[in-house]
Amino acid sequence: MLRDNIREVFSEAKERGWVMEPQTKTLLSLAGMDVPRFCFARDVGEAIQFANEITYPVVAKVVSPEVIHKSDVSGVVVGVRDDKQLGEVFAGLRKIRGFQGIIVEETCRGIELIVGMKMDNQFGPVILLGMGGTAVEIYKDAALRMAPLCEQDTESMFKSLRARPLLEGYRGAAGVNIDELKRMLLVFSNLVMEFGKEVESVDLNPVICNASRCVVADARIMLAKL
Amino acid sequence: MNLKRLFKPETMAVVGVSLTNESHPANVVYNKNRLRYPVSVFAVNGKGGSIRGETVYKKIQDVPAKIDLAVIATRAEIVPSVISDCIEAGTGGAIIVSGGFAETGLTDLQNRLVSIAKESDFPFIGPNCLGVFAPGHMDTFFIPGERLVIPDRGKVAMVSQSGGILVDHMVKCAAEGVGMSLAVSIGNKALIKELDMLGYFKDDPETDVITFYLEGFDEDEGRAFVVAASECGKPVIVLKSGKTPRGTTAVKSHTASIAGDYEVFSSIMAQYGVVEATDEFEMVAFAEALTCYQRSIQGKVAIITGSGGHGALATDTCYAHGLSVPTLSQSAQAELRSSVSPTIRDISSFANPVDLTGSAIDDDFMAVVRSVSKNDDIECIIVLLLPYLPNVTMDLGAKLSLLYQQEGKPIVAYVPHVDKYRMLVEGFMLNKIPVADSIEDAVHMVEAMRRYKSC
Repeated sequence: MLRDNIREVFSEAKERGWVMEPQTKTLLSLAGMDVPRFCFARDVGEAIQFANEITYPVVAKVVSPEVIHKSDVSGVVVGVRDDKQLGEVFAGLRKIRGFQGIIVEETCRGIELIVGMKMDNQFGPVILLGMGGTAVEIYKDAALRMAPLCEQDTESMFKSLRARPLLEGYRGAAGVNIDELKRMLLVFSNLVMEFGKEVESVDLNPVICNASRCVVADARIMLAKL
Repeated sequence: MNLKRLFKPETMAVVGVSLTNESHPANVVYNKNRLRYPVSVFAVNGKGGSIRGETVYKKIQDVPAKIDLAVIATRAEIVPSVISDCIEAGTGGAIIVSGGFAETGLTDLQNRLVSIAKESDFPFIGPNCLGVFAPGHMDTFFIPGERLVIPDRGKVAMVSQSGGILVDHMVKCAAEGVGMSLAVSIGNKALIKELDMLGYFKDDPETDVITFYLEGFDEDEGRAFVVAASECGKPVIVLKSGKTPRGTTAVKSHTASIAGDYEVFSSIMAQYGVVEATDEFEMVAFAEALTCYQRSIQGKVAIITGSGGHGALATDTCYAHGLSVPTLSQSAQAELRSSVSPTIRDISSFANPVDLTGSAIDDDFMAVVRSVSKNDDIECIIVLLLPYLPNVTMDLGAKLSLLYQQEGKPIVAYVPHVDKYRMLVEGFMLNKIPVADSIEDAVHMVEAMRRYKSC
């Protein structure tokens, strides 16, 4: 079943070379990963209706087949407070090239991690867990393992991060739900094993983890070049 | 593919022996095996003839014996026909020393060899390789014997893409007293690759530890390699070159940008319990330690010395390598104190590192090592043994080795490797206790056990 969904999403994305956020999140959700409640809104009315359903503040993000890195084009707005602001944000995002609509989603708070997959020529699918956010490539605090992961791998990945104390709760700040983090790594591992060679890499960045959930706040699948 | 006749031949043919040029690689191989090794050797050359009264056969089919191993050192373009001859003659396998294949762009010629061999399930090493060195059995390196430093026969197998690196490792093994079962240079690894070698050594009773110098794997080969290594039941050590990235291309994915090729390699080796050495000295130290102790530890070390400074340096080095030097419990310290000579009871420190001072005698070292061997909080003992301590004898190596035989807790020794202290060093080495020639090296040996995951 999941395999059919994967095939369908990949064939739609083939020409573009990457799978857009709404479709990626739908796949992740079907596989059993936690994603924010979201809606792919084509018009402002739809966006406002959904925002009221999940209650403000919400996150608004551009959906465009021409934009791989949304933040590079100011395509992400967080902390949208009310209908009026959402209307303005919609109008602003509409100007971005290739605009198809926006994602409206619930606001999640917590520690930002990155979870990813890279198809390695010598080793096949390799999974990464690291501290996420925009500084990810500066600190490079990450653990790598060959997929599929076993439970022991998920444990050793989290333990090997320099930021481990932050995840466990540091100086009074709440830690993250480690069991949930490990579970999501295993689910992700199973999913990427289904992908096969069609996929070049996957970025789940950020994955927002708090004391109760590990939520994939943004996600992208890059397909292998033909 | 059965590699037994190839690696343990009773008969060898050297193809390409020159009638006029004694320094031709084939002649070097022919001469050294004839003169120094128990294997029966025959010379082959397309023209036939004789060399110093021995027949040179025109074809391998003409040799009046069933040949186990053909060493081929002819021009590249005739190698395919020589391989066909070998197959027709029922030869067990070949080592193709000749260069001039994929490494010079002649991939088609190399592919022809592979397809001829595969069709008949015929194993060959190379091409473009030094071949095989088996101490006391055979040597297909085209390096004159007097130029080689030859390690003792032992339990470490070495596989290398590069022949030069392999010869260099042999020098270091010999210097450290690490014995080898087989050294194989796989060159272009057209047919027999690392994975095949792993499979062979897994079942080779003469090999306990398998080492690889790697440049890279082919597609998906890395995956198969680590899975096989983790299941092979023997420690596998790797040394990798090509760790630095070849310039950055525009990377669209964060994951791909953080997960560089070497980071991926190194992480996966650790994940599967393959012991990665960062340089050739570590490689030899790891091999020595894992030959003696094929077990994995978490890394809790006791350091026993007669010099406080050595103890402190070793402690720092342990922590830098992910090992710990836990303070011994009060009761354990009291037990140590009561076990040593009265003269050093009040001047020694027993917390760990244990410093018995320059006044310690053999019996003090023995008593402390015995007591720590029984301590469940400690997994391994580093004994820093300074032979210039006036009351320590040259017998202590052998005595401590015996203690290991009784107690079963791994001991790693450090003794400066100079001729004057040779007897002390051999006291350890001959009794299978790894002995390092620096503090750093001793710590590496313990680290090898921490990195190895036995299945």
